Amino acid sequence: MDVVINGEPRRVTPGASLLDVLGQLQLDPRAVVVEHNRRIVRRPALGDVKVNEGDAIELVHFVGGG
Amino acid sequence: MTTAVETIRDEPLTIGGRTFQSRLMVGTGKYPDMDTMMRAIEASGAEVVTVAVRRVNLDRSKETSVLHFLDPKRIFLLANTAGCYTAADAMRYARLAREAGFNDFVKLEVIGDEETLLPDVAGLLEAAKVLVQEGFKVLAYTNEDLVTALRLEDAGCAAVMPLASPIGSGLGLLNPFSVRTIKRRLHVPVIVDAGVGTASDACVTMEQGVDGILMNTAIAAAQDPVAMAQAMRLATIAGRAAYLAGRMPKREVAMPSSPIKGMLDS
Repeated sequence: MDVVINGEPRRVTPGASLLDVLGQLQLDPRAVVVEHNRRIVRRPALGDVKVNEGDAIELVHFVGGG
Repeated sequence: MTTAVETIRDEPLTIGGRTFQSRLMVGTGKYPDMDTMMRAIEASGAEVVTVAVRRVNLDRSKETSVLHFLDPKRIFLLANTAGCYTAADAMRYARLAREAGFNDFVKLEVIGDEETLLPDVAGLLEAAKVLVQEGFKVLAYTNEDLVTALRLEDAGCAAVMPLASPIGSGLGLLNPFSVRTIKRRLHVPVIVDAGVGTASDACVTMEQGVDGILMNTAIAAAQDPVAMAQAMRLATIAGRAAYLAGRMPKREVAMPSSPIKGMLDS
């Protein structure tokens, strides 16, 4: 299934949840904030939200800045 | 070493219900490496440290975020909306930052011009109003315009942050009169943000009576960031102490410091 993660085309397992996607990318859910089709998904709900073909997912964290 | 701060009475700095002992806040961008950054933050004595929100690098999933180094129990993380050119983008970044779960403070930036990075004050006010309604403690990065500062305070901002000069320019405090006027007229804390280049700039800025100062490049881009962080800590304290002490009036003519009586006959 094709989705767009952080602006890049990516393949994820059909039926995957957002939590599964983080697992596939080896990302710690506590270390990122997830936006799914422009809506923020809180950590406890990541396992409940299924990803669909063509979805846009943003995974962000804090970096150095002024 | 004894510093002047021990002989002066000062109140701690309170912003949005949080109290801080240090009036110097520092950024975390542009350091040569994380070890230098950590030692510079330590040397600066800052309690408030700014961070930016960016995409995780998917191809280097083990890449560590700045949180791998900064301990949120020891320092107060202030997320910014740097790089945002519209109110909508700035609000989006602010909401993502809050979701990280540390606090509901945001250093709100809405940039209006790529060359100068000067703020888009219309977008800034629009975003500030919405974010305040959503419960954010908004620290608004703005220019040195009094009326904009007043509007930001009316909108419910927790602090107003006029610039000393453009971000990363190191030109120092270009408009002390305007910054002083903003401080005199506002009730919320005024934190000067951006443009400081060296310790004397920080000192002169604090001498205007503002509540604090935020800087990044002046420390990170110094030849020795850790030594500059120490200089900035001392300059911030010195400027604050001089403000509280109350400077002597300026005169256009000299006045002798030694007695004019008791001189020998010539």
